[in-house]
Amino acid sequence: MHYLSEHFSSLFRDFGQLTTTGLAQGAIYALFALGYTLVYGVLRLINFAHSEVFIVGTFGAVLTWSAFGLDQNSHIDGVGFVVLYLLVGLLAAVIASGGTAVVVELTAYRPLRRKNAPPLVFLITAIGASTVLSELVGVLTDRSVRSSPIFVQPHDLIRIGNMSLTNVQLILIVTALVMMVALDLFINRTRLGRGVRAVAQNPDSAALMGVNKNRVISLIFLLGGLMAGVAAVMYMMKIGTTRYDAGFYLGIKAFTAAVLGGIGNLRGALLGGLILGLVENYGSGFFGTQWHDAVAFVALVLILLFRPTGLLGESLGRARA
Amino acid sequence: MSETTGATKRELRNPLRGWYANLPRPARWAVLAVVAALAYLLPYVGQVPVVGPQIITAGIDWPTALFNMSYYVLLALGLNVVVGFAGLLDLGYVGFFAVGALTVAVLTSPDSQLGTKWSWLAAVPVAIALSLISGLVLGWPTLRLRGDYLAIVTLGFAEIIRVAADSTEFLRGDRGFSKLPHPPGTYADGKPIFAIMDATPYFWLGVTLIILVVIGARNLERSRVGRSWLAIREDEEAAEVMGVRTIKFKLWAFAIGASIGGFGGVLFAGQPGFVNSSSFQLLFSILVLAGVVMGGSGNIPGAILGGVLISYIPDRLRNVEVFGKDAFEYRFLFFGLLIILIMIFRPQGLIPSRRRAAELKDRAKEVQA
Repeated sequence: MHYLSEHFSSLFRDFGQLTTTGLAQGAIYALFALGYTLVYGVLRLINFAHSEVFIVGTFGAVLTWSAFGLDQNSHIDGVGFVVLYLLVGLLAAVIASGGTAVVVELTAYRPLRRKNAPPLVFLITAIGASTVLSELVGVLTDRSVRSSPIFVQPHDLIRIGNMSLTNVQLILIVTALVMMVALDLFINRTRLGRGVRAVAQNPDSAALMGVNKNRVISLIFLLGGLMAGVAAVMYMMKIGTTRYDAGFYLGIKAFTAAVLGGIGNLRGALLGGLILGLVENYGSGFFGTQWHDAVAFVALVLILLFRPTGLLGESLGRARA
Repeated sequence: MSETTGATKRELRNPLRGWYANLPRPARWAVLAVVAALAYLLPYVGQVPVVGPQIITAGIDWPTALFNMSYYVLLALGLNVVVGFAGLLDLGYVGFFAVGALTVAVLTSPDSQLGTKWSWLAAVPVAIALSLISGLVLGWPTLRLRGDYLAIVTLGFAEIIRVAADSTEFLRGDRGFSKLPHPPGTYADGKPIFAIMDATPYFWLGVTLIILVVIGARNLERSRVGRSWLAIREDEEAAEVMGVRTIKFKLWAFAIGASIGGFGGVLFAGQPGFVNSSSFQLLFSILVLAGVVMGGSGNIPGAILGGVLISYIPDRLRNVEVFGKDAFEYRFLFFGLLIILIMIFRPQGLIPSRRRAAELKDRAKEVQA
């Protein structure tokens, strides 16, 4: 009993801290999860390569920054420069991620769709694509760790009791919300978004109604890639280093987040991401940090057992049996 | 023979397979016996002129390479039951392998907190039973899930096992367990047969296990269980409607696959006499999956070939220079590309199962109609 109470007391002592770090981590999961959810909602495919799409994004940003002569030791003066460099890095990350996602779609998945391959074949190809991208990045970067400059020195903005919110955490959470709202509007309010929803509902009928199916599918890969690019820059702001194999676990957790919220459901991805971030942090506060990764997987298994369609249910404008 | 016309055409196209299929039963057994005997002679392949030096290059420690092959093949055979026969995608197969290896380690190693120090032989049944139970425990709740969720849950399971092995004092993490005992048996002069120095007897043990597993899997495939797997793989809902108890037979596949995986782990733990948590990386599961798919999912000779290739190719790439680096560096890149190319151009694998090839062909036709 004494043992248990120690765990509880460590959880409660750091509760505020765990909450804010959990939300910030969850914001990255959420942006990341959107890519899984979009692709799954339309193709019913777990795009394993999405984690590598993200990693390519982090390297896109880091390499661009180092092309400007920035490394982890450089200090950037002036808000204007910080914003400028961040935007340039963001642009590079988004282009790298979006481009990679579309290339994977065109080279790996499209030939399979043409042959009407069974889902297992798609999934195995996705794993292959993930391995290829990760190893390619590994070989090209000599499997070394790359660091980004510190753009925003984290300091507490708000402090209530032992709960504090840093500026970096705030940026992360707000960005995730903004991207989420933008994507939601795009899918629900625009013509292209209507195409996406139509293909998600029924690809064949959508094709008969004049929706270009292949273009919509490329579009969702692009959108997922863009979100991953944004997530990549957020990740670099929070963590500061990247490696060719850093995406794998993050990807699995982001997928967990997508499932948690209801895969195929955009708002679910946001909710799932934030909740997963919290659960994971509380879990490691309770059991100890070495169990950080296991907590996410246990959560995944439990969710799937009790609510296989996630918290908000599966949908991308679709009610498919 | 109630094969489809597509299958008979394939037979004509492949003369070797046609020849084998048309032999009388005793002759087929004789052919298999010769193949098995040749497998036992593999350690001496280096003495074959011309071919030998090509197979055993400078970077290869041949007995160890053969031993590695034997447990890779064992794993490929086990995963083939799950993925190939029943069509369930298990991405965490290394989890069962880990259960097998760690059970042996905990029960036999002097480093273990249990301090039981059992002999290798006594630990084997326990290890296999525990792998089987872990397969059931994982399968029972998760097999109700749709295929792609199953994939991610199995992946999660393997990770939980790895994290547990990594971070609990009981399983010793990176430090691992050393001085595991070897299987019993001594030569006439009193030296033990199984030892760290010579992997060849372990390879022979591996081949023996492989033969047993192949016989078992072959019979299962042709039994009621195997036919149920086939039905589940082709159309789960239709199978359920026809009265196949899908959950029960999926559990069977999972449990059998898991115990074979555990078997592989037991074999793996023996030869080097050392097990630690770093042997249970997820890439390992993916490698074995690549092997099964590459060789021909659902086909036993295919799985064997796949297991041999995934273990031999990286060894063969050692000391071969590509772009100024050892080609060994590129092994996973190579396997990833291979997986994609095979899935696009030959999804049935190198030695396909006729049935699966026909299934894939059927689907390709549907899209044109």
